Amino acid sequence: MKHSEQDLSTIDKIIDDYGGNRDALIQMLLGAQAEYRWLSNPVLTRLSKRLAIPLSYIYNVTTFYKHFSLLPKGRHSVSVCLGTACHVRGAARLLDRVTDSLGIGPGQTTPDEKFTLNTVNCLGCCALGPAMVVDETYHSKPSAKELEQIFAACE
Amino acid sequence: MPRLKSAADLEKLRQEILSRINGKRIISVTNGTDGRTRGSKEVVQALIQEIESQGLKEKVQLRSTGCHGFCETEPAALIFPEEICYVGLKPEDVPEIVSETLSEGKVIERLLYQYPATGQNIAKESEIPFYQPQSRIVLGNNRFVDMESIEDYIALGGYSALAKVLSEMSSEEVIDIVRGSNLRGRGGAGFTAGVKWDTTHNAPGDEKYVIVNADEGDPGAYMDRSLLEGNPHSVLEGLIIGAYAIGSHQGYVYVRQEYPLAVENVSIALKQMREYGLVGENILGSGFDFNITVHRGAGAFVSGESSALMASIEGRVGEPRPKYIRTAVSGIREKPSNLNNVETWANVPLILNKGDDWFSKIGTEGSKGTKIFSLVGKVNNTGLVEVPMGMTLREIIYKIGGGIPGGKKFKAVQTGGPSGGVIPESLLDLHVDFDELSRAGSMMGSGGMIVMDEDTCMVDVAKYFVDFLCFESCGKCIPCREGLYQMRVILNRICQGEGMEVDIELLTVLGEMMRECSLCALGQTASNPVLSSIKYFRDEYEAHIAEKRCPACVCKPLTTYYIDPEKCMACMICLRSCPVEAISGGKGEMHVINQEKCTKCGTCFEMCPDRFSAVVKISGREAPAPLKTPAG
Repeated sequence: MKHSEQDLSTIDKIIDDYGGNRDALIQMLLGAQAEYRWLSNPVLTRLSKRLAIPLSYIYNVTTFYKHFSLLPKGRHSVSVCLGTACHVRGAARLLDRVTDSLGIGPGQTTPDEKFTLNTVNCLGCCALGPAMVVDETYHSKPSAKELEQIFAACE
Repeated sequence: MPRLKSAADLEKLRQEILSRINGKRIISVTNGTDGRTRGSKEVVQALIQEIESQGLKEKVQLRSTGCHGFCETEPAALIFPEEICYVGLKPEDVPEIVSETLSEGKVIERLLYQYPATGQNIAKESEIPFYQPQSRIVLGNNRFVDMESIEDYIALGGYSALAKVLSEMSSEEVIDIVRGSNLRGRGGAGFTAGVKWDTTHNAPGDEKYVIVNADEGDPGAYMDRSLLEGNPHSVLEGLIIGAYAIGSHQGYVYVRQEYPLAVENVSIALKQMREYGLVGENILGSGFDFNITVHRGAGAFVSGESSALMASIEGRVGEPRPKYIRTAVSGIREKPSNLNNVETWANVPLILNKGDDWFSKIGTEGSKGTKIFSLVGKVNNTGLVEVPMGMTLREIIYKIGGGIPGGKKFKAVQTGGPSGGVIPESLLDLHVDFDELSRAGSMMGSGGMIVMDEDTCMVDVAKYFVDFLCFESCGKCIPCREGLYQMRVILNRICQGEGMEVDIELLTVLGEMMRECSLCALGQTASNPVLSSIKYFRDEYEAHIAEKRCPACVCKPLTTYYIDPEKCMACMICLRSCPVEAISGGKGEMHVINQEKCTKCGTCFEMCPDRFSAVVKISGREAPAPLKTPAG
């Protein structure tokens, strides 16, 4: 979706849900990130105007927290856990495999906007490591073959 | 459900719930994040259908619960009153469970936990060696309550501590009991909760805040997630008791957005509490008003620090500030704010119900009660363990954890996450509590316990934590921002075989400077992983620097893969799986790795069948030149 095409009524609704309360800025941004998959300039400008917060302040917040993306994200998010427990169980090798398989590195999106690859510091399922989550499904120690199947199942 | 207007109403409801479930068989299925990864949702769905179709709806209660602790064996089910424990369940097992166990009370042998050491099947959960040495007073309640049921929690005696506090006690009396119990904060620093509460209580002003810190950012720790997912009411009851004691009317639950199920279950719990009159105005008819808001974190490790977390709640960048004035006096919107960790809050109702004497009998002189640890890494039984303070590391790792898998040798255990340190084998008999761990150069942290075996490189582990912290440092103060960066540069060159003799000393000086000069606890403790690994594993640093050798064969630039011609059976498995086609040879023809082409991905090492183990890792010397092709 292009910048200009992003429907601003969604962000308006999110702002209304929080009663336009400035303290809830991060919660609104999380809502927007979930709806739009990324935070475009028009969306942030709208927030700035309606909450009467400088746009620079909003950019300060969005660039500080890892969860926010200022670039378009793919339809499917792939997150490889690099937590300590996963690290000692070979998370780096899993990441290599995923990188090979998708042809992109962490933080990147495939040219067809299908996948975005990210690394996370801990998914909190340390008994399953090395772990990976695709959209909302967790995968434990996927083999190269299983990876292919997992990615092929994404539309 | 009509609102509860008094302690008597609550007790009446409890009796009513108990009579409703009296005589029923109860099945608790683990359905938290860990369980779901292994298909627990499907198992629960199958149980719902099967109980219905076999006509047992009136006789059986199904509970979809959080993690019981032994994450490895999930999805698991616990059936009461017999306390039969089934592990590794699949939807196919469900019809038999319903017809045999839920209907007849018969045990299905094949679904029991098999103790690897003896090969014996164990029917009762409490007799499983993983659980036996534990005292699960906090996390143990996960198995008795459905994640989404306030009634299960009330049946267990939930909210009775709150009712008692609101109807019989003054705020000073509550603080006295919490102080008397000597409950110390479970989030890391171990500050005495009662003293903190008292400070906020005495601080001037009418507007005060209480906060649950569930920004569990330590990689390798997930006890808070499990508590919040599995038994949110226990945490929230503690929070309201604290609010009453402190004189606060607004509370926050700060949860990482990486924990969607925890956010969901806390939100469900709050909705139920509002219906029952356990949060909002005039709680249990006492005249006490209190509201709770859920605030999701957006991914910043440093935001788990109290002043940073409070800035984040205000919608600002989550950076810490100097704490000349503590947050207990000036926190959210510069009002007195009391922050405690999830596990700390969950202990509060227990202490109020059972008394400070009961609590202070558990644990050691300086650290009372139990602590939940996430026992993970290279250990046989991974999961969440709750033990009395003072248990030795050896007992935790060997008795509960079942030792190291694959006959490997134990090397170290890392506690306290990025702020903690590594503890070597010589200190395994250390009694785990706040003070002993600090003396060993590590810390309790939130309770991550990552076991490492001989295949773990300690320099690589130190580099891992420094990489992590380098990224997570907010950059506000120079010692942390630049100190970490320099440490990273040095560790990187050591791992690449370009280390210099002076590097160990340089790391030590940098680390000590950061400890003295950083603004917040992140920077002050950031050098612990490096300093503790230098203290206990200096020989590994020296091997990397002087001999260009990684003793554990982990650091890629110092490691080569080699196929032992004596062992290679020329089976083609590694040859076919090599992603860069660096292995030559053929059927019946010795396989050889072309070192020029090899990317050291380790695939051949993993693929070579255990019975051959022909692929080996070498460090500190060149791989032997390939043999001349044998004639014939």
